[in-house]
Amino acid sequence: MSGPKGDRRKERLDRGIKVRSDGVYAISSWQEITYLIAPRLLLILGLALAPLLLSAFPYWQRVVSIICVYALLAMGFDFLANYVGLVSLGGGFYVGVGAYATALLNTKFGLPPFVTIPLATMLGAMICTVLFLPCLPLRGVYFAIVSLMYPLLAARIIEALDIFGGTDGVLGVDGFANMWVDQYLLVLSVLVLVFVLRRLVEEDIGLVFRGVKDNDQAVKASGININHYKALGVFIASALGCLGGACLTHMYMWAGLSQFALDFSIIPIAATVVGGGGTLIGPVIGCLILVPISEILRDFGSLRIAVYSIILTGFIVFKSEGIMIYAARKYEQFERWVEI
Amino acid sequence: MEIIIYGIINSVSLALMAVGFTLVYGVSRLPNFAHGAIYILTGYLTWLLMNRLGLNYLFSAIVALGLTGLIGAAMYQLVLIRVRGMPISEIIASYAIGLAILEGLRWGGLKGGTFRLPPFIEGSVNIFGVSVDFQRLFVVVLGATIMGALWLFVNNTKIGLALKGMAQDERAAMTLGIDSDRMAVVATAIGCMLAGVAAIVLLPLGSIVVESGYQVLIMAVAVCIVGGLGSWTGAIMAAFIIGFAQILTVVYFGAHFQVVVALLAIVVTLISRPSGLFGRQKELEERV
Amino acid sequence: MSSEPLLSVQNISKKFGGVLALSGVSLDIFRGDIVGIIGPNGSGKTTLVNAITGFITADSGKVYYQGNDITNWEPHKIAAQGLTRTFQVMRPYFSLPAYKNLIVPLFSPRARRTGGWRGGGKMGSRDTVAVDILEEIGFERDSYVPFKVASSLPTGYLKRLELARCLALRPEVIICDEVFSGLSMSEMATMVPLMEKLQMEGITLIMVEHRLRELFRLAGRVVVLNFGCKIAEGTSDEVMEYPEVKEAYFGSEEVFDYV
Repeated sequence: MSGPKGDRRKERLDRGIKVRSDGVYAISSWQEITYLIAPRLLLILGLALAPLLLSAFPYWQRVVSIICVYALLAMGFDFLANYVGLVSLGGGFYVGVGAYATALLNTKFGLPPFVTIPLATMLGAMICTVLFLPCLPLRGVYFAIVSLMYPLLAARIIEALDIFGGTDGVLGVDGFANMWVDQYLLVLSVLVLVFVLRRLVEEDIGLVFRGVKDNDQAVKASGININHYKALGVFIASALGCLGGACLTHMYMWAGLSQFALDFSIIPIAATVVGGGGTLIGPVIGCLILVPISEILRDFGSLRIAVYSIILTGFIVFKSEGIMIYAARKYEQFERWVEI
Repeated sequence: MEIIIYGIINSVSLALMAVGFTLVYGVSRLPNFAHGAIYILTGYLTWLLMNRLGLNYLFSAIVALGLTGLIGAAMYQLVLIRVRGMPISEIIASYAIGLAILEGLRWGGLKGGTFRLPPFIEGSVNIFGVSVDFQRLFVVVLGATIMGALWLFVNNTKIGLALKGMAQDERAAMTLGIDSDRMAVVATAIGCMLAGVAAIVLLPLGSIVVESGYQVLIMAVAVCIVGGLGSWTGAIMAAFIIGFAQILTVVYFGAHFQVVVALLAIVVTLISRPSGLFGRQKELEERV
Repeated sequence: MSSEPLLSVQNISKKFGGVLALSGVSLDIFRGDIVGIIGPNGSGKTTLVNAITGFITADSGKVYYQGNDITNWEPHKIAAQGLTRTFQVMRPYFSLPAYKNLIVPLFSPRARRTGGWRGGGKMGSRDTVAVDILEEIGFERDSYVPFKVASSLPTGYLKRLELARCLALRPEVIICDEVFSGLSMSEMATMVPLMEKLQMEGITLIMVEHRLRELFRLAGRVVVLNFGCKIAEGTSDEVMEYPEVKEAYFGSEEVFDYV
């Protein structure tokens, strides 16, 4: 125990303004109110205004929508992994099911996008939940492996049986009336759902979810059927994914095997790790960083997957808490070195 | 007859693909999801050494294997050691490394059927009226040899016994003076080299493409899950079950379903018997 | 009181690999009893508790509760019938404040139906009920203990928290898996009256214990297990006379120190 780091440690203390604004009744000045709402407002306004600000660059406007699709998926992953304790590595499955559901509803039954999207979200989430029901008793690594296999299996089966258009996918899906519709639909869903999920996990039912993750034995001993809650968790997460998939299909006017692809499984995980798991905001921020990087690298083909795999590994190893938790700590606390 | 012979060949290939994965998992409880990437990497390295540096086949294969072992050790020492004990981070980190290698290779120009390793011995032979080329026979022979050698290594050498001890009870092994981190490095290196051996033997049957990296990973995982994670005998039995199942599906349903069989095997096994056909995990879990 | 036992275990057996953890154990428990289950380490006490409450599936034998066959039901269904248990290894939800730990049981269908132990039939805010329950079993509300994060609480409080989780379900039976072990003498001194209070409220207690002195003060009847078999049953004085019990505990200082 020698060297400069041996005899001192970092002490972290809450900033005065954080302590003062913690209790609702203590808020008395504009300074404290600003302190509280500034970061939240920054995210809300930033996302809400992004399509407007980028209206000169249609390509990047499209990227905003894609960011939102990934953000929905990443939120689902974060919720499922850090609040229900099921690590689902197959986000592509949710997107694919949502995409095919909306495409078939639209082309076979001629329903307009504003009917198919909510319908496909619910229907897709139900399909996913039913398909995942047998795996719910699995824990940890085993669930992760099965969920990784689901999108691969789905793609292979569609390919092999040549159903739903086989390798060509479902063509001729209606597009949105104009670009603003899909952009604001997605931006608003992300903002609303972040808010809803963050409230949900603090409610009583959220505590049950966290109980299932921390100590399922105690939850069982409390007379609660954990599989109900795991199924509900999968339903919520897959609904988020299906919503993303449904919007994506109407954006590209096409649903195909690529919607079961690796991208949809790996980017949300990377975004959650980079942004900070367990915060639900973190994944959104992770997507805001990673998706543009991946768009810039699109010309380099598969290099982008390599790049964000490296980013992901780096974060897991060196900064596993993620940006959001790090930033929140810096915002709320100050640090100093103290001798021991 | 064809079914039996090709079934055996396919099963031994699967066992070769899986043996490295199951070794690493058995010893250090680390699901090495970079397994498929390592497989392709070894093949590519061998190809590079042969065609760019003009080395002879055997020599470049040995050098490539050595490099693979080093890469495996480095991967463990630099990255995976920091996430030990967090199973999900282990999966994500090793999977990310694998993706980085595979997609990096793809970007670096590894696509199409232009990268091929020559078979060791050309020609084929007739066995019970079925024509089998020498390379496939060689796979079976080498597969059996490797299993045997591994068995001898694990049961008769000091390192092998240390690995076996760790596989049974890591903490007890540590109290007996086995450095568990160093052993895990060794195990990862050996596991990667086994993946490399599988690559060098199996790749001459086809060409080196990135997709087969994912394929190998899926097969290895399937075999290990069906056999019970970390169980050797289980893995070999499972390789035969899946191997024959695949050949039967190819004959009766079509080649498209070959991977579906493996994936379905994983899902069905995990749902009905999470500990695998021969695993003892669940029974132990219940006791706690 | 009817002669029908509240909980009846008949000939239950369980094998782990080659080890016979329980072999043909039978047990009758009547409403309002405090029954002790004792035995040396590895004698199958916790296995018996797990088998009764559905956490492991028994190989053979039956468990009847309130006249129903509950053998190998799922744990949550058994708990929902009011047959609750604590765990030997306490694992509360460490990141949550103590009273938030009780939200999970209070959220269960049974607690919603009954209102929980101190809910008075109709559930008020779950937070309030949770704090009331904690205060009742010795978390001093004034000193802010119920609001402290569970990871900062000492063992004594964690044991009570385990008990509180059962109480939140308004139980008929609580199976206590070693609530006394690991407590200091003063903590134990307050735990014994708590148990007596629970008994007076009509809750049937089954106590799996190592601390014989405290157990013998409480329990009207004691069952001794060894190597998965029931070797003795009776009042505390009676069981200590059995030669098998003396042999099982031979050399064990506990018996000679405390009895």
